[in-house]
Amino acid sequence: MNEAPITRRTLITGAAVVASGAILGNLPEAGAQQAVAKATTPQPPAPVIPADPTKAPGAATSAVGSRSPFVAPQRSPVGEITGTSLTPLQDLAGTITPSDLHFTRIHAGTPTIDPAKHTLVIHGLVDRPVEFTLADLKRFPSVTRTHFIECAGNGRAAYRTPKPQMTPQQVDGMTSNSEWTGVPLIDLFREAGVQNSAKWFLAEGGDACLLSRSIPVTKGRDDALVVYAQNGEPLRPEQGFPIRLLLPGYEGNTNVKWLRRIKLGLEPFMTRWETSKYTDPLPGGIVRQFSFEMDAKSIITSPAFPEKLSGPGWWPITGLAWSGRGRVSRVDVSVDGGTSWIGAELLTTVAPKSHARFQYMWKWDGNETMIMSRAVDDQGYVQPTMAQLKAVRGAGTDYHFNSIRAWRVAKDGTVTFEAAT
Amino acid sequence: MNYMSRVRSYSAVCCILAAACRLDSRDDYLGDKDPKQFDLGHTATAATIAAIDMDVGPTGAGLPAGSGTPEQGATVYAANCASCHGEKGEGKPPLYPQLLGGPKGSFDFASDFKIPRTIGNYWPFATTVFDYVRRAMPLTTPGSLTADQTYAVTAYLLNREGIVPDGTTLDAKSLPAIQMPARSHFVADDRRPSSGGKGVR
Repeated sequence: MNEAPITRRTLITGAAVVASGAILGNLPEAGAQQAVAKATTPQPPAPVIPADPTKAPGAATSAVGSRSPFVAPQRSPVGEITGTSLTPLQDLAGTITPSDLHFTRIHAGTPTIDPAKHTLVIHGLVDRPVEFTLADLKRFPSVTRTHFIECAGNGRAAYRTPKPQMTPQQVDGMTSNSEWTGVPLIDLFREAGVQNSAKWFLAEGGDACLLSRSIPVTKGRDDALVVYAQNGEPLRPEQGFPIRLLLPGYEGNTNVKWLRRIKLGLEPFMTRWETSKYTDPLPGGIVRQFSFEMDAKSIITSPAFPEKLSGPGWWPITGLAWSGRGRVSRVDVSVDGGTSWIGAELLTTVAPKSHARFQYMWKWDGNETMIMSRAVDDQGYVQPTMAQLKAVRGAGTDYHFNSIRAWRVAKDGTVTFEAAT
Repeated sequence: MNYMSRVRSYSAVCCILAAACRLDSRDDYLGDKDPKQFDLGHTATAATIAAIDMDVGPTGAGLPAGSGTPEQGATVYAANCASCHGEKGEGKPPLYPQLLGGPKGSFDFASDFKIPRTIGNYWPFATTVFDYVRRAMPLTTPGSLTADQTYAVTAYLLNREGIVPDGTTLDAKSLPAIQMPARSHFVADDRRPSSGGKGVR
């Protein structure tokens, strides 16, 4: 009895190596992006790869590390000053998104800001209008927390114009997860003496569109942070250097980058980004406004397009799950198109409003099927099917696309995105 | 009470009441003063605030002196806006949104994402047009329009959408008084209070 699985595993291992090579060769989009990068950016000389690395010394120490020449995860920039650049979810492991692969959504370019000239002003319905430098903010007691940021529009293409040839990056690449360090906003509220009459605050960025959003003061007093570090280093310019607002679980656009001003007021300020955009048209002729919290969601990141399974046998199904309302309490996986569901393993201690990594070991019998994942959060919310979501939101709605994602596995091992679930 | 004895007494409380472990740990070094302050930063002067306090909300608070008409705005639009948003405000999606000419009369955007959402059929507040143009437009030279030009181009856009008549003068008093057709369609987020966070809404 024991010999068969061992033999099979040996075969699978051998096959997996072949499959990896095939996968690398079958990545037309990544390849195309690399070609573009090579054409426009000076590249360092190709490293010498010895036949046997144990028989010759390797490279000397360096000031800044780099990825292996065999590894080249890439975002997918649109190359404009308004637009997106998506995280390659299929290339990542664990829960932390490397800072240089964190998705970006910009509305007027990424500004270059001298931190010595940048301040945060808090004014409006406060007893003491205050101005903080970055150095001031670093003198406050800091907190370090892990949270995801997901763009409210994440998953739009998969909802509206799905294609079988969509990668996890193209389906849901506008979510990323980082360890953030900064100051609780409530501490800054205390410095300013926020008045009881203040119910909303305007958060304004120092970019070329002065991006601004109205946020309930209750959120500011709850878990909001003004952060200056991400994954152990100062924020990167694309993530708001020198400071950004971090509103755990809220739609990405509210996490205002390059934060320069907070104004306390009685009512929402009704900026363009909370009226014309980032609002959800619903059936019945209404528009949902201030839909801040990101509903629970998950996506399998492997197996996924453009992977090809080399044959039947054991395959890890892995992916990410998150909720803007709290902790992911459970992730279910289905390997029979949603007929039955099995609880997956969560690989880390799950932090609230943070990505969780799930895993389920699947013994594929070689028949065509669909695999999918379903997140459940600690509020009892269950990630809905596409049909459920379309029934309550309408096919033409906008933002907050959190339905179950499925991948079709064909008999030949090819994996494609399946929208109709 | 010195620091360590405070920590010990805190620990004792924590052992009795697990909930106490979630108390604000900063109480350890700040005591129970309210409000708790570190006296960091410095007073934001009136001049500092005035230099950046430029938001305009639905009440019109913050609107500057000045005025403009649709006729004046046509010139401003042609010179500063049409190259991206088109001569008729048709836009070049997705980079440059359509501003004008969306269907009026129905409000069925949830049925089809291709129905254009424009100022006249989707924007709930006229003040938002002024606020956004002043913040962010033109894209490559934001902040370059005068207050009069901003009033004028706002008047032009509203006029083209049939919201204000020809010859209207918009200023700090008349702009916030405009009632936008889409206003009554906007509702606050109802996902959580009515569903306990569980339902799909």
